[in-house]
Amino acid sequence: MADPVDTAALTAWVGEFARLVHEQRDELTALDAAIGDADHGANLDRGLTAAVSALDAEPPADPAAALKTVATTLIRTVGGASGPLYGTFFLRAAGALGGVTDPTHHGTALAAAFRAGYDGVVARGKAEPGDKTMLDALGPACDALDRALADGEPLDEALRAAARAAADGRDATVPMVARKGRASYLGERSAGHQDPGATSAALLVQAAATALTGRG
Amino acid sequence: MKKLINDPADVVVDALRGMAAAHPELRVDSDNRVVLRGDAPVRGKVGLVSGGGSGHEPMHAGFVGPGMLDAACAGEVFTSPVPDQVVAATRGVDGGAGVLHIVKNYTGDVMNFEMAAELVAAESDTEVVAVVTDDDVAVQDSLYTAGRRGVGVTVLVEKLAGAAAEEGRPLAEVAEVARRVNAAGRSMGMALTSCTVPAAGRPTFDLPEDEMEIGIGIHGEPGRRRVPLAPAREIAEMLVEPVLADLDFTGGDGVIAFVNGMGATPLLELYLMYAEVAAVLEKAGVGIARTLVGSYMTSLDMAGCSVTLLEADDELLRLWDAPVRTPALRWGA
Repeated sequence: MADPVDTAALTAWVGEFARLVHEQRDELTALDAAIGDADHGANLDRGLTAAVSALDAEPPADPAAALKTVATTLIRTVGGASGPLYGTFFLRAAGALGGVTDPTHHGTALAAAFRAGYDGVVARGKAEPGDKTMLDALGPACDALDRALADGEPLDEALRAAARAAADGRDATVPMVARKGRASYLGERSAGHQDPGATSAALLVQAAATALTGRG
Repeated sequence: MKKLINDPADVVVDALRGMAAAHPELRVDSDNRVVLRGDAPVRGKVGLVSGGGSGHEPMHAGFVGPGMLDAACAGEVFTSPVPDQVVAATRGVDGGAGVLHIVKNYTGDVMNFEMAAELVAAESDTEVVAVVTDDDVAVQDSLYTAGRRGVGVTVLVEKLAGAAAEEGRPLAEVAEVARRVNAAGRSMGMALTSCTVPAAGRPTFDLPEDEMEIGIGIHGEPGRRRVPLAPAREIAEMLVEPVLADLDFTGGDGVIAFVNGMGATPLLELYLMYAEVAAVLEKAGVGIARTLVGSYMTSLDMAGCSVTLLEADDELLRLWDAPVRTPALRWGA
């Protein structure tokens, strides 16, 4: 069984994320049309397609290089807020993976990478939990991952718990009033709509649960 | 929705190809999707770079030329440009006197321009100053939100700071003009219809025949509230009153009054709206020093308009009257 944070596994994670976004591109765009500007699905799909091509064209040397390629490709191709935000997530996650040498600690390494990515998004976007953003899916996912690993759960189970927490966090954005990003311009009218950023972020965690489990 | 396009994915590239063909006096870097003055970089002059999502034409590329912008970066439709584009534009207009970034206050635009400025600082000693426009009174300003949107005043900032740069003034002064214009300008917009993003293929929101949206931005996002359609004179009040409530325009040397079309509203209606806006201003005791009427900052094919008022003074009026030679704004030159 391969190591869940090896280069192939992380490449598979990004590939699965790209597949999910492509499949749900129209749904993401429809959510964005309701409270934003109707481009989240198209932009993220374009960026992730480019990221998958970049990984394919030049296979990365190590796990950190893989995520760094994804980060720079997203920053270069997506634009808007989601380009810098997802780019920063992968860039910081890559930084956290850079020091991983002991494969027996892959669970905590992955959790640290997720946490570093989350912190990066907080710093770049200056948003907080409850602002109706991607943080509302990513934050609960990081917490669930940490908690499950601390409880001694196997990584497979911890990632599934993280995916469930992300989905719950995504659903919890529905009644929120947006305080950051384009949805914030609607004020109270943003309530009653699921946040597109939290929706794509839940796909990111779901992709991890699918691609990084069953590997050992 | 019918569109004059080849493929929704190629809209921006194809339009830039057209700009290059129609305006040989400009230089179009199609790899980076940057439109530059043909003579950029102008030695010793502060370079002005703006940019944003496409779909707001003529803003920004239509304002590239002597007396206004040195370069404009075109993002995807309603999506800010990426840092690489802004870096390429900044390098392309750096004539040794520094570069001013004019950024509309949207989360994505601000982040991408910030990342670009960091990259430029890491790779060169070009001095970059950014001024963020945020003039939309429809959005409540607060520490806890993304803040007000940059809308109509951006056009005025680009004209006035562009004129200051053309006079050979240093970066700090050009930036100060831009900040001063932003601080003294306020806008409010409304929509009669939604717009259709080419990649989405259908209107962003549905608006019944007898209703309108008040407090819209420029990305097809719904406004603050939806109200029954009203005569133009009442719409003028709905737009001007919140602007006047936000800033006192009764002093000074009068205002620059800008009635902007959102893309699908004919000039006939815009002039009709201007008459109503002027009447509201007269009643409020606000003098009008200069006017601009037309579709300069659009939201694709949205029908509707916005009103921007800028409190002017002698210096700003002189900069306003200074020659400008761009595809969309051209006088005195």
